Amino acid sequence: MPGKLKAKIVAGRHLPVMDRASDLTDAFVEVKFGNTTFKTDVCPKSLNPQWNSEWFKFEVDDEDLQDEPLQITVLDHDTYSANDAIGKVYIDIDPLLCTEAASIISGWFPIYDTIHGIRGEINVLVKVELFNDLNRFRQSSCGVKFFCTTSIPYSYRAVMVHGFVEELVVNEDPEYQWIDRIRTPRASNEARQRLISLMSGELQRKIGLKVLEMGGNAVVGYLQCFDLEGESGLVVRAIGTACTLEKFSSGSASITCPHPSTAPPSNACNSPKDGKELVFGEELPLSSGPPTPFRALPSSSSSPPPFSPSKPCSRQSSSSDTDLSLTPKTGMGSGGSAGKEAGPLKTLLRQQTQTTLEQREFPFFTLTSFPPGFLVHVGGVVSARSVKLLDRIHNPALGNARSYKLLDWNSVTADEPETRDAWWEEIRQEIKSHAKALGCHAVVGYSENTSICEEVCILSASGTAAILNPRYMREGCLDVGSIDHRFDDPSPPNCGFCHIPYDELNMPFPAQLAYCYQCRRQKVPDVLFTTIDLPAEAAVTGKGCLIQARLCRLKKKAQGEVNATAISNLLPFMEYELHTQLMNKLKLRSMNALFGLHIQISVGENMLLGLASATGVYLTALPAPGGIQIAGKTPGDLNNEQHVAAIQKRINDAIAKNKELYQINPPKLFALDPEVFCGTTMELTDEGVGSPIPEPRQRSRIFRSHSESSDELSELDLSHGKKDAFVLEIDDTDAVEDIHSLLTDAPPPAGFHSCSTETMPGIYNWTSGIQMFTSVRVLRLNNTNLTNQGLNKIFTDLCENLLKSFYFKLRSTVPCCLCHLNFTVAVPEEELVQVSVTAVAMTFDKDQNQEKPPEKATTKGGSETEDQLQFPLELSADSSSTSPQPSKISGVAENTIVSTRAVSVDYGSFADRCSTWLELLRLKAHTIRRGSVKTSRRTQSLAHSVSSLEHCSPLPEGRSRSLCSSRSFGVGSVTMVKMTPLSFLPGTRIIKYLGIINMFFIRETTSLREEGGVSGFLHSFIAEVFAMVRAHVAALGGNAVVSYSMKDCVLMENPNKNQAQCLINVSGDAVICVRETDQEQTTNTGQTCGTIDGAT
Amino acid sequence: MAVELDVFVGNTTIMDEEVYQLWLDGYTVNDAVRARMEGGVLDEFDATADVLLSDTMDQYRTFQMCERLLHSPAKLANQLLFQIPPHRQTMLIERYYAFDDVFVREVLGKKLSKGTKKDLDDISAKTGVTLKSCRRQFDNFKRIFKVVEELKGPLVENIRQHFLLSDKLARDYAAIVFFANNRFETGKKKLQYITFQDFAFCAGQLINNWTVGAVGEGLCKTKNNMVEDMDVDLDKEFLQELKELKVLITDKDLLDQHKSLVCTALRGKTKAFNEMEANFKNLSRGLVNIATKLTNTKDVRDFFIDLVEKFIEPCRSDRWTAADVKLYLTHYTNSAHILDTFKHQVVWDRYMGVIKSCIFKMYHD
Repeated sequence: MPGKLKAKIVAGRHLPVMDRASDLTDAFVEVKFGNTTFKTDVCPKSLNPQWNSEWFKFEVDDEDLQDEPLQITVLDHDTYSANDAIGKVYIDIDPLLCTEAASIISGWFPIYDTIHGIRGEINVLVKVELFNDLNRFRQSSCGVKFFCTTSIPYSYRAVMVHGFVEELVVNEDPEYQWIDRIRTPRASNEARQRLISLMSGELQRKIGLKVLEMGGNAVVGYLQCFDLEGESGLVVRAIGTACTLEKFSSGSASITCPHPSTAPPSNACNSPKDGKELVFGEELPLSSGPPTPFRALPSSSSSPPPFSPSKPCSRQSSSSDTDLSLTPKTGMGSGGSAGKEAGPLKTLLRQQTQTTLEQREFPFFTLTSFPPGFLVHVGGVVSARSVKLLDRIHNPALGNARSYKLLDWNSVTADEPETRDAWWEEIRQEIKSHAKALGCHAVVGYSENTSICEEVCILSASGTAAILNPRYMREGCLDVGSIDHRFDDPSPPNCGFCHIPYDELNMPFPAQLAYCYQCRRQKVPDVLFTTIDLPAEAAVTGKGCLIQARLCRLKKKAQGEVNATAISNLLPFMEYELHTQLMNKLKLRSMNALFGLHIQISVGENMLLGLASATGVYLTALPAPGGIQIAGKTPGDLNNEQHVAAIQKRINDAIAKNKELYQINPPKLFALDPEVFCGTTMELTDEGVGSPIPEPRQRSRIFRSHSESSDELSELDLSHGKKDAFVLEIDDTDAVEDIHSLLTDAPPPAGFHSCSTETMPGIYNWTSGIQMFTSVRVLRLNNTNLTNQGLNKIFTDLCENLLKSFYFKLRSTVPCCLCHLNFTVAVPEEELVQVSVTAVAMTFDKDQNQEKPPEKATTKGGSETEDQLQFPLELSADSSSTSPQPSKISGVAENTIVSTRAVSVDYGSFADRCSTWLELLRLKAHTIRRGSVKTSRRTQSLAHSVSSLEHCSPLPEGRSRSLCSSRSFGVGSVTMVKMTPLSFLPGTRIIKYLGIINMFFIRETTSLREEGGVSGFLHSFIAEVFAMVRAHVAALGGNAVVSYSMKDCVLMENPNKNQAQCLINVSGDAVICVRETDQEQTTNTGQTCGTIDGAT
Repeated sequence: MAVELDVFVGNTTIMDEEVYQLWLDGYTVNDAVRARMEGGVLDEFDATADVLLSDTMDQYRTFQMCERLLHSPAKLANQLLFQIPPHRQTMLIERYYAFDDVFVREVLGKKLSKGTKKDLDDISAKTGVTLKSCRRQFDNFKRIFKVVEELKGPLVENIRQHFLLSDKLARDYAAIVFFANNRFETGKKKLQYITFQDFAFCAGQLINNWTVGAVGEGLCKTKNNMVEDMDVDLDKEFLQELKELKVLITDKDLLDQHKSLVCTALRGKTKAFNEMEANFKNLSRGLVNIATKLTNTKDVRDFFIDLVEKFIEPCRSDRWTAADVKLYLTHYTNSAHILDTFKHQVVWDRYMGVIKSCIFKMYHD
C-alpha cells in the first residue's frame, strides 16, 4: 500500500432544486476511488449544504493513484424512490504525486452532469501521502513530470534530452457495447468519461515508466489524442519528448528562458563568455566550412545520393523500402541490433550511454522551440500519411477483445495495440527516412494525428528534419542559460539554422541555393518550410503573417477498400495543391519562410478537406523571393495577353502592397564575396540572386508520402516539374479561379496581426492583456451538385469569415495579435463542414521601438552606458562599429554595407540594445570580463543585418514597458484564471508548474431546441469546459493555464429528434505565474521605464 | 449552404456594452443588427453584416445564459461558468436593474401581481418600451420586492447588499417597493405631471421620516427595537398621533391665531399675499385633514392625490410661484410653534417636514 489518498467534502453551493415541492434539495456526497466508496451525511433542505465531512482515507497502490481519478458524486436523497444524481466531479490526482507540483487540491469544483451541464459547485480537499516504494519492478511512475508545453519549461533547464516516447492503449468504446442499449444516456456518457480518464491515466503512467527507463524525469511536449474508432474501439495515444529537467534558481530563469520576449539579445558579441563553454565550441567545431561532421555523414552512409522527390515515384518508394529494410526491426527490445544502422544519428548516439542509444529508436522531438544553440540546421518539413481500414486490421484482435471484461488491460493490450503500434511505427519509419534523405538526423516539431470517417482512418505525422547539437543529448552538458557557445562558431548564430544540412552536390531534391545573406559563407535554400516556432535568435525582416492554404476535394461515396484506395489516390493531389497554394501565397506576401506549418487532411463520406496553416516570414538570411509571373496559354492572342497583363499587374500590386503592409524592406546587401557579387537587386520579379547553382526549377521542401492499407508506398514530388513554380499558367478557368482565390485573402484590418506560431515575428512590446477564445463554426452544404471549385470557395470563405469575425469581436483590444491560431477541420457528417479554432489575442504596445526618435534613444543609451556600465569604453567602441558610415565602409572588405536608411534605424536600435545589454549584464555581472567583450567584438559577424538588431534589441524594453502599464485587477471571490495556448504569459513569469491538465467531457441533450439550438448547446458546453479547467487549476493553487489546447471537439446532432451530443478533450499546463516584480528587475525596469517615458 | 452552428467563447467572457443595452431594451437579434449597423460599427471597422449578425447572436446567447445569474447578483461574483472581471460584473448588474422612468411611472403604486403583468402589453404600447424590456423591469421590481419584504433592517441598505446595486439605484428601488407596498395612487390624471423622480424623492422623505424605522431630527420617540423594524410600513403610532393636529382647524381661536401669525410674517414679502390670506383657512384645513385621515389605508393611498387637490391645485390657480409656496409653508409650519395652546410640536414638525419637501418637489408644471 504505498499511498494514502485523503479527501474531505466541505460544502456545496448553488445546488439545483431537486424537490419541486419544497424548492430545496437534500444533498449528500459519494466519494469513490477504485472500488472503495464513502458517503457523507445527508444535508437536508438546503441549496448550499455544509457537510464538513471527516477525511475519507483510501489506501491504494501508487499505480492506481496514477490511473484512477477521484470520483465525487453529489446526490439528492429520496426516502421513497432511488436517489437522484445531481452531478459528478472527477479529480485527477496526478499533480499530487509529484513533489515539485501541487501539494493539495482545495477549492470549488463545478458539479457536472452530462445531461444538464454544470449544476452548482462543491468544495473539496484532497491530499496524498506517498510512501517510498523501493520495488524495482513497480508499474508506477510517480514523480515523472508532464508538460504540454513544447519547449523547455520556464525556470527549468534541460540537463539532457533523451528523445521520443510514445504509447497507446486501446479499449472497447462503452457507447458501442451491448449494454448501451439498455442503459440511460447519462450512464453511458459517464462510463465513457470514466473509461477515458482511466485510459489516459494508464497511458501517462506507461509513458512515465518509459521515461524512467531512459533515465529521464520529465516529458515535455506531451501530446495525447483520442481516436474514436466507433465500433472498432477507442484508442488513446500519446507522444512526447523525454528529458531530464533541473529547476533553476528563479533569478536566472527569467533571463535565460528561450522565449523571444525574454530571450537575451542574440548579439553574441556582448554576451559573457564562459571558459567551460569555450571547450565545447572547440570540441565540436560545428560550422567550419560546409562539410560539418554531421553533414558529411549522410552521403557516406548512403552512397547512392539520397532519394529525390523529383525522380519517379517508383524510385522513391524503392529507396524508402531499402531504407526500411536497412533499419532493423525496431521493437522495444531491438536495442542491440540498432547499432548496425549507419547514419548521422549513430554518430550522435555513439557519444551517449548505451541505454540512451537503445531508446533512440526514433530521433523525434515534439518540441517546437529550443534552447539557443540546440538547433544547428533545419532541412525542411517531412510528413507521411497512411490510409487504413479500421475493421479489417481489427478483426482478429477484436474477436479476442470482445470476450474480455472492460478495463482488463493486460489481456486487451496483449493483442490490440500492436496493430495500431505497427501502423504508427510504419509512419515514423517513413518520417525518419525522409529526414535522413534531407541529410538530417533528427525530426523536431513532430506531431501525429488521425482523421476517421466510418471505417477509414488517415494517419498523419509531420515534423521538421533538423540537425541538432549533440551536446544536448549528453549528460550534464546542456546549459540552457549559455548563449555563448556561438563565439567560436564562425557562422553567426542567428542564421545557422537556415543553412542547408544536406550536401549541395548530392542534393535530395533540386533546389536553388544561394549564399547566406547574413554570413555569406554557407548555402541557404531559397524557401524554408518548418513545423517549429521561429527560433528566438533568427533574424527577420519586417513582420510575419498567417498563411493558409485551403482545399476541398469531392470524392465518391464508397465502402471499405474501394473507399480507402480512392482516398489514397486523392491524397497526393491534395498535398500538391496545398503546397502550391502555400508557396504562391508566400510569394505574394514577399516572404521566404514558413514556421509552425500544420497540414491537416480530414476525411468525410463524400469529400476530403485540407487545411494548411503557417506563419510566413521574411528570413533575412534567405534570398528575397521572386515574384509571381502569369503566362497565358495561347501567346499571340491579343485579348488574352491583355487579360494576362491585367492579372500580372494585380499580382504585382498585391506584392508591393504586402511588402509595405508587412514592412518588408530587406537591406540591400552588396555581397563582397566575388562569387556572389553579381547584382543582388530587389526587383519584384528578380529571382536570380546570384546563386552559384543554376537551377531554374522549383524545389520543394516537403517530403511526403502516403501508404494505403495495402502498405504500398509511394512518393510525391512536390516540385513543379520542369516549369518554374512562379509562373502560373492561365490555361483554363480553374487556373483563373486559383489566381482569384490567391488574391482574395484579405489582410487583417489595421491594428491586427495573426499568426499560427507562439508569437508574431516582428512584434515586440507585448502587454499583459490576453484573451483566449474557442470558436466553432459548422456549415451545411445544401447544394448537392457542388463542384470542387465551388466547395473550395465555400471552404475558403468559411475560414476567411471566421478570421473576420475574430477581428471584429476583438476590435476593442487593438493593437493586438491573434497568436497560435489553430484551425481544426472536420467533416462530421455528409454535407457538414466543421471548423474549430482556438487562439489567443495578445495586446502589444502601439509604440514599437523602431519608431522612436533615434537621437533621443541614443542619448538614453549613452547615459545609461555611462552611469551603469563598468566599461563604457567597450560599448562606445562597439557603437562605432555597428553604425558605420556608408562611404567609409564600402571599401573595407571585412564589413557589410548597410543602406543609408538602414543606418538611421540602427542608431535607435543600438541604443535599445545597450539597455538590453545593461539588463543582461547586471544580472550576470559576475560572469562578465572585460576581455570577453573585446573578443566578441572582434568576432562579430560580417553581415549584421539591420533587422537582426531590431529583432533582438527591443524585447526587454517591451517587457519592462508592459510592467509599467500593468495594473492588477481586484480579485473577486473566484480566482481569475488566465488561459493561453502559448507557453508563456506576457508580462508575467511562471514560478511553478502544478501539473498537467487533461480533461475529457461529454455533454448530451435531448432538449436541443430549449437549450437554444445546437449553437446554444455548444456555447454553454464550451463555457462549461473552460469553467471546469479553471476550477481545477484554481484548486491546484494555480492562476493560469499555458499551452492550452482543445484536441477534440466532436459534435453529433439530430435536430429532428431534438438531440445532440458533444465530446471535448482539452489539455494544458497548470501554472502559478507572477507579475515580473523580481527585485533585481524592478529596479532595473524602473530606470528603463523612466528613460522610455523621457524618450517618447 | 447555411451556417448550422456558430459560436465564439472567450475564456474571459466578451460582452459588448452596446449590444447588452440593445438586449436589455428587448431588441430582437435582427433589430439589434440593424440598430448596430445604423450606429456605424461597420463604418469604423471594416466588416460585413454577416459578421455583425454572428457577433450579435453570440452576445445574445451569452446574455441569456447570464440572465439566470443576474437574478441573484451575489451569485455572479462566485459562480464559475463565466469569468467576468469585477468591474464588468458591476456594469452588468447595474444595467440589468436599470429601468425606464416612463415604464416605472406606469406601474408605480400598483400591486406587483400577475394581473399587472398582464397589462404590460398596454403599458408597452403606451410607453414605447418593448414588451420584453417591460417584463424584465417588472420582474426586477417583483424580485426585489419579494426579497426585501421578508428582510429586516433598513430598506435601501438591504437592496444594495442583496442586489449589489449603486446607492442611487437602490434608493429608486426602495421607492418602488415602498409605493408598491402602500399602494399609493399615482395613476390619476391629476398626478400625471409628476415624474417618477418626484415620487422617488417623496418616497425617500416618507421612508426617512414616517416609517417605524425612521430616524430623524425632531423625532422625540426613538424606538429601541428600531433595527428590527421595517422601513416599508408607515409608523402606526405616528399616524394615530396625527389625529391630534385636528385642533389646528377645529379650534377657532387657534386657527385665527395661526392665520394672523402667518399673515404678519408674510405681509409685504410676496405678491400673492392677498390670495394667501384669503385661502389660509382652506389650505390649512386641507393639510390638517390629510394628516388626520392617514390612519385609513384608503386615505394613505390617496395621499398624493390629496396633496395635489387640497393644496397644489388651489395655489396653482392663484398663480403662486414655487418661492411663494416655499415661503408660505415655511411660515405656516414655524408659526404653529408660537401658538401657546398647541402642544403637538414634535408631531407637527415630523408631519410638516415631509409635507413641505413633498410639495416643493411636486409643485411644478
